[in-house]
Amino acid sequence: MNTKKNIGVLGLLGLVIMIQLLTHWTGTQYYLTQLTMSAYYSLVILGLCVLMGYAGQISLGHAGFFAIGGYLAAALTTHDLTPYSNTLIIQVLNRCGLLIQGQDIYGDVLLYFNPWVSCILAISAAALTALVTGIPVLKLKGHYLAMATLGFGTIIYRIVLASAFFGEADGISDVPPFTLVSGIPGLPVIEVSGDFSGRVQNYYIAWSMVIAGTLLLLNLIDSRVGRALRSIHGSEETADAMGINTARYKLKTFILSAIFAAAAGVFLTHFNGGIGPSEAGIMKSVRYVAIVAVGGMANIWGALTMGVLLNFLSLRGIFGTYDDAVFGLILILIMLFAPEGILSIRIRQRLRNAFSSSTSEIRGGESS
Amino acid sequence: MITIQNLDSGYGKLRVLKGISMHVDAGEIVTIIGANGAGKTTLLNTIAGLVRPVNGKIIFNQQDLSLFKAHQIVALGCSLVPEGRQVFATMSVEENLVLGGHVCSKKHGRSTAAGELERQYALFPVLKERRGQLAGTLSGGEQQMLAMARALMARPTLIMMDEPSTGLAPLIVMEIFRIVQKMRDEGNTVLLVEQNARAALGIADRGYVLETGKIVLQGPAAELIEDGEVKRAYLGRDYETITDR
Repeated sequence: MNTKKNIGVLGLLGLVIMIQLLTHWTGTQYYLTQLTMSAYYSLVILGLCVLMGYAGQISLGHAGFFAIGGYLAAALTTHDLTPYSNTLIIQVLNRCGLLIQGQDIYGDVLLYFNPWVSCILAISAAALTALVTGIPVLKLKGHYLAMATLGFGTIIYRIVLASAFFGEADGISDVPPFTLVSGIPGLPVIEVSGDFSGRVQNYYIAWSMVIAGTLLLLNLIDSRVGRALRSIHGSEETADAMGINTARYKLKTFILSAIFAAAAGVFLTHFNGGIGPSEAGIMKSVRYVAIVAVGGMANIWGALTMGVLLNFLSLRGIFGTYDDAVFGLILILIMLFAPEGILSIRIRQRLRNAFSSSTSEIRGGESS
Repeated sequence: MITIQNLDSGYGKLRVLKGISMHVDAGEIVTIIGANGAGKTTLLNTIAGLVRPVNGKIIFNQQDLSLFKAHQIVALGCSLVPEGRQVFATMSVEENLVLGGHVCSKKHGRSTAAGELERQYALFPVLKERRGQLAGTLSGGEQQMLAMARALMARPTLIMMDEPSTGLAPLIVMEIFRIVQKMRDEGNTVLLVEQNARAALGIADRGYVLETGKIVLQGPAAELIEDGEVKRAYLGRDYETITDR
């Protein structure tokens, strides 16, 4: 199991490098942009996969957590703090080096949050929101939980759409790059930005996050915690009777998946240089759920594969204006024909079943 | 070991148990018999913390169980083998057992839990044979054994069993009950809820008869089995042959 897991992750690493080299040789580097974005979306899907597939708790509000991450990162790094520069808080923050200075086109000094600070604040805010909403909401089950999380997603969507702080319908643009490493001799400046020159670098940043996330989750589900989560999925009451603190495990998983979504939001926002309200929309949440379902619910690799594939196709514009419709259709088809996920379909067996049942029907028709 | 005083319990406004008082001493097998709907399962689920009591006290080793949550009660040493077995069908036999040892490995470390696993395999050899098999593919009797072994993995001092004979062939029931006796001989205390009154009273030290949420009879099992009322209502003896005597 352990070696299998490592081989899988190593294989993923190899594939990531291979694809980059391939695009380099064939001169198709433009694919890297969508692959980077797909990687970040897949991070949301990985977190949701553990929540849905292993702990058995549905969430139709994960675009909300993504938006909390993305919007806070964007707002904190673009809103000028100089009007408040006399307040104690800002002075203390500035003294601690948590703010950075910029200049506008007229040469006036502007003051922003350091992206590191906003990143940590944004992810913490998402985790805290997950904690506060999760305690009451996770007491619900099945459809009721779906409805409640849908409600949460709607609230976040309306907040970002209605408040001037988050740019209303325009969203927030001109989000600065997120410098991860700089000033280390021998190393180039590594930053999350949509700059063309940093395309390869950003591809690797995104994918190393995905690989790290995958490794973390694979280890999690293979541990005592993972076993406990699967028992909750099986039967919550029995899990309780086995001495498993089901409420706490559900809450922790919910928070973990919210952190994954928020981290993806922060990084993708810096990569895109902005964020709009559609990222917080209900259809985004539905899309995440659909992709986890296509991947096979309790299947990290399936979720990752489908997350990258479908997001990539969608971002390339394959589905055109029917984008959301396609994801709705996918959800229906999967629930009908492959509730265990698309990778579990045994095509030959299905064909044989379909064939044998149709012939027996014909025979039945003849005899009567 | 466990003393219940004036326990009232139920679901929402529905009061199922009314003023239950009973006790189980260490090293005993105590059985609760009663018809469908008498409140047997509700009683066990209330002790296990899955149903909140409305009134009364459940004192287990000097602690009031009504103050604890279900998972904490397991950690205190009181395990439930739930009605209908409730094994985790999509997990292997061994995973089910290791899961049962969740509390044990948390409290005493992994090696203790591993030792406990070997002890269960010794007690239930058939589970060792089927350790890699999915629990859902086991027969009813094997699933019952798995559910018992899984509960024992938490190293309980009191093990509560909810109708272990449900849906099992008479021969298998005998085997299960033999294992229950063996568990008692190894120092466990057992609270056994059964509809199969004859088999349950056959192995128990004492018994209680539960009817519509109240205890109507109690005493040593050997006396209950001879009691006219019990014979009439639960042992299937023809009513007239008893009244004629």
